[in-house]
Amino acid sequence: GPGTHCVDWGTYRASLQGLTDRKTTDPMEKMSRVTTALGGSALTGRTMHCHLDAPANAISVCRDAAQVVVAGRSIFKIYAIEDEQFVEKLNLRVGRKPSLNLSCADVVWHQMDENLLATAATNGVVVTWNLGRPSRNKQDQLFTEHKRTVNKVCFHPTEAHVLLSGSQDGFMKCFDLRRKDSVSTFSGEAPEAGRAGGEVRWVHHRPPDTFPESTKRVGEDQLGKGQSESVRDVQFSIRDYFTFASTFENGNVQLWDIRRPDRCERMFTAHNGPVFCCDWHPEDRGWLATGGRDKMVKVWDMTTHRAKEVHCVQTIASVARVKWRPECRHHLATCSMMVDHNIYVWDVRRPFVPAAMFEEHRDVTTGIAWRHPHDPSFLLSGSKDSTLCQHLFRDASQPVERANPEGLCYGLFGDLAFAAKESLVATESGRKPYAGDRRHPIFFKRKLDPAEPFVGLASSALSVFEIEPGSGSMSWFVDTAERYALAGRPLAELCDHNAKVARELGRNQVAQTWTMLRIIYCSPGLASATSLNHSVGKGSSCGLPLMNSFNLKDMAPGLGSETRLDRSKGDTRSDTVLLDSSATLITNEDNEETEGSDVPADYLLGDVEGEEEELYLLDPEHAHPEEPEYVLPQEAFPLRHEIVDTPPGPEHLQDKADSPHVSGSEADAASLAPVDSSFSLISISHALYDTRLPPDFFSALVCDMLRFYAEQGDVQMAVSVLIVLGERVRKDIDEQTQEHWYTSYIDLLQRFCLWNVSNQVVKLSTSRAISCLNQASTTLHVNCSHCKRPMSSRGWVCDRCHRCASMCAVCHHVVKGLFVWCQGCSHGGHLQHIMKWLEGSSHCPAGCGHLCEYS
Amino acid sequence: MSLHTQYLESFLRSQFYMLRMDGPLPLPHRHYIAIMAAARHQCSYLINMHVDEFLKTGGIAEWLNGLEYVPQRLKNLNEINKLLAHRPWLITKEHIQKLVKTGENNWSLPELVHAVVLLAHYHALASFVFGSGINPERDPEISNGFRLISVNNFCVCDLANDNNIENASLTGNNFGIVDSLSELEALMDRMKRLREEREDEEASQEEMTTRFEKEKKESLFVVSGDTFHSFPHSDFEDDMIITSDVSRYIEDPGFGYEDFARRGEEHLPTFRAQDYTWENHGFSLVNRLYSDIGHLLDEKFRMVYNLTYNTMATHEDVDTTTLRRALFNYVHCMFGIRYDDYDYGEVNQLLERSLKVYIKTVTCYPERTTKRMYDSYWRQFKHSEKVHVNLLLMEARMQAELLYALRAITRHLT
Repeated sequence: GPGTHCVDWGTYRASLQGLTDRKTTDPMEKMSRVTTALGGSALTGRTMHCHLDAPANAISVCRDAAQVVVAGRSIFKIYAIEDEQFVEKLNLRVGRKPSLNLSCADVVWHQMDENLLATAATNGVVVTWNLGRPSRNKQDQLFTEHKRTVNKVCFHPTEAHVLLSGSQDGFMKCFDLRRKDSVSTFSGEAPEAGRAGGEVRWVHHRPPDTFPESTKRVGEDQLGKGQSESVRDVQFSIRDYFTFASTFENGNVQLWDIRRPDRCERMFTAHNGPVFCCDWHPEDRGWLATGGRDKMVKVWDMTTHRAKEVHCVQTIASVARVKWRPECRHHLATCSMMVDHNIYVWDVRRPFVPAAMFEEHRDVTTGIAWRHPHDPSFLLSGSKDSTLCQHLFRDASQPVERANPEGLCYGLFGDLAFAAKESLVATESGRKPYAGDRRHPIFFKRKLDPAEPFVGLASSALSVFEIEPGSGSMSWFVDTAERYALAGRPLAELCDHNAKVARELGRNQVAQTWTMLRIIYCSPGLASATSLNHSVGKGSSCGLPLMNSFNLKDMAPGLGSETRLDRSKGDTRSDTVLLDSSATLITNEDNEETEGSDVPADYLLGDVEGEEEELYLLDPEHAHPEEPEYVLPQEAFPLRHEIVDTPPGPEHLQDKADSPHVSGSEADAASLAPVDSSFSLISISHALYDTRLPPDFFSALVCDMLRFYAEQGDVQMAVSVLIVLGERVRKDIDEQTQEHWYTSYIDLLQRFCLWNVSNQVVKLSTSRAISCLNQASTTLHVNCSHCKRPMSSRGWVCDRCHRCASMCAVCHHVVKGLFVWCQGCSHGGHLQHIMKWLEGSSHCPAGCGHLCEYS
Repeated sequence: MSLHTQYLESFLRSQFYMLRMDGPLPLPHRHYIAIMAAARHQCSYLINMHVDEFLKTGGIAEWLNGLEYVPQRLKNLNEINKLLAHRPWLITKEHIQKLVKTGENNWSLPELVHAVVLLAHYHALASFVFGSGINPERDPEISNGFRLISVNNFCVCDLANDNNIENASLTGNNFGIVDSLSELEALMDRMKRLREEREDEEASQEEMTTRFEKEKKESLFVVSGDTFHSFPHSDFEDDMIITSDVSRYIEDPGFGYEDFARRGEEHLPTFRAQDYTWENHGFSLVNRLYSDIGHLLDEKFRMVYNLTYNTMATHEDVDTTTLRRALFNYVHCMFGIRYDDYDYGEVNQLLERSLKVYIKTVTCYPERTTKRMYDSYWRQFKHSEKVHVNLLLMEARMQAELLYALRAITRHLT
């Protein structure tokens, strides 16, 4: 005991010495040592980690702040925290045979006595350890009173011999270390139901004939018996000698007086689902922080009559541990049990962005501890990735720095609010960009509270831009969105249609663009390609060249020619399909699939020699790249949403070609008319212009055009063209940009309530991230206004408080449909009732005296 | 299940949610996955039900011709279906990676979790169906075998007039009663003793470990010894042939449960329940990827674990906690999941051999369950109580499967 202690102090001093030397030589080092004055002594160290042999479950620090104990299923060691590294000092797992008593779920080091430790074992045993024992085995006492895993052990902060444990079996036990067994047992079962004994029992009333007797029994016994809930955490209050808090798997928190094991002083429901942890504020008497599986950290004020939630932090994963930061009244550290490996330090007054973040661990963090109760800069952590870390607060990453400090939001009537750093706005407002658009810029300036910590960051200015009636009308946007055709027809038709729409809305430039697109992509052919293919086609009569030559027909409208070629190379059967159908078959097949184009196939053939203009306008082949027939489900039933397999195009065609009936007929045709291909080839090439440039030539230009529109703010145009042209341009624009355009457009569409269009866009997009949007859940839970929990079964009555959540202030009945309420006084009711009421009176129907506004 | 209304409610709610409500998978796919899962245990009752549902929700009839006719993506699920049904401990993060790897037929994680939940649910439900004897008789003459829903007679009378039957049989054969009554008394006695003795007798740690191993190993002999008596080998093969119409939904039909303990080599470590629990880990993961199902499953698991009427056969006011826990943990034990805080010696004391045989059959080879097995254990108990046992087995099995699958997904994520 004392021996160990002395050694520690030795190294401690030595390291201090080393520090002063170091600092003078290397002042700029990033991971510099920090020295904190703590009433004469000081802590030094740097961000560092050491590898453990096994995953850790919990850690605890000795009160001298120089040693840390790490416990896990197969590890139980004490490390000295030195200046540069962790040094293993003692392995407490002694003995040849591994015992389950050593499989620790939790460990705690006494804050009064450096020699005393306690562990909670997964098999339900509580073990105390005395480092002062002369033998190698430091195990002191064994308490085997719990029937299930013990989740938590806790020493009394000022009393040397009092130990508290909380277990999965629903009991908390208080041990006096001078005795062999527990002093008192606290039961976690609900006090009303459990202790009422035979008096209060619930009987379910059901029609007696349906369920003879079993039903009755269920109701009675289950509630009468009072299920004991598993205890997840127990913590002695730091300030109140007799008080401790315990948290439960069912979301409850109980407050106990250690002298009164018969019933808890107070119980309240803190979380939805298990409460994994709690921590008393080191200075504030009544503050208790709890963390739960519902991903929330809540701070409760226990001094008031009812436990009051004073702060709530929403994290991204279930909260496994929570620890108040020393010397920083509003800071606490959390770590998660699943998925998220980082440790966060939150300022509870700023619940959306963590104040600091430690990202060292590669697996979930299982234990966190501040190194010294009066030093806010050192945090220790153990993790499932088998490392022990010391984090220095100054080395933490600060998510705030990465956050976007500007905010932008539209109001209900199109007003725009913009918040930004004050300095930024000041320069901006001097410039006065759009005098017309900006009728009455209103400026708000937040009054700063110098006591607040974020003064530097929080000094922002908010400006509101009101919309001038009529000026900012977006009707063209809505009209365009609704009338544009994006798929389901041949490209040329789509372009023409959209050009027409744009022209009718007076957007000539856009109309012109559509027309140009049609000319670029839907002209009858490419001189170069044609002549090339023509000659090749003549040279050899079968196989690849021929197929290529047939592909001419596909290429003519300017598809992504590579993909087509690849496809035909891959499967000879599809070659023949393409090949022979040059005459009528392929067009026939396509006609059947292409919705909206019902051109007789013969007509097309006839036109080959005739007006080429008609050919490319009607040729359904042109519609291929949009792949309307592939995007739409082939089955006659409405799928809820399609499976997003892959961009469905090529594969499907393959399937088609493989499916017996199609290829069968195709094969027949091929054998009957083998010469057709060369025939059509010639005829087509005759009809073509010889001076045309291939559409690929324009693709760079088209992409520039799209970017131009997007930058101008007309993301609608960019996305529409992207969808209509499909494969032709998609590859030339990087995924991220496309995604960005899609999201902006979808966002806009939803703002204008164009749900159908937005859904169509989501559906037609090929970007994975976008098409996933349709798979998101559309369920929205309403929270109860009393207990603030989601009302899962029905939207208007809370299962927990058995109260109707939304009552109409006019008719005093439950509102099951649309509920409208005043944002000023929060009273409301049926839409119709409120409308009617406010026609006659301007006061709130609830009688609260508020002058409600309804518009 | 209607004998246990509280449970039924939460069961229906979760099943409804995973089949009908918002979720990442299209409706017909969900039913098809259900069919695939049920097919692993040749549970034609469930298959028939979901074939109908599948068609009703607009599934492509062609898919029903077998696995070769479904998209590759669904076919890829076969491997995990197979493992999950019979040897869930073999699921590794590589399996998950293979499925979610970007490519043509990849699964997104939410979809995968949905599928896994469905698979586990239907494997477990198949156990319940066979355990309760709800299975249409197979008629080899009708080739497609899907249309008949004539329900095996034993279940009908069992479930419909529970108590009458019980009474009849009670009065009917007298000599059995004395026997089974004493059996019951003995069981209750043991439970009582267990409760009281806990403090006195403290088993050493090695002892506890050995007890788990012993239970694990013993579970191995339980069925291999007994079933082969009641089922001549040829019977199984007949079974295989008759149900070949079912096997079209699965590949590798020979793949079955293999005892966790039998694999002898200790490569595959015991799953330590405390390291990956449903409450702490499984729930969070499921809920993150497939919203709300976590709450429903959580409620269901809690419900079944805590469900009690405090009766045992003719006795009332009995604390059945130990018995229920023994059942639950015994199932987990067969899947290699060990609870540090449980003394597996209890299993041995509380669960008689015939019950163990029954448990093992129902959870591992449900298709082999017979009425004889069902009848042979706990002869004094009411049918509702035996259904209660089935519920426990079903949920324990589902949880075990989920734990393994979710652990693999977690490992994939980290």
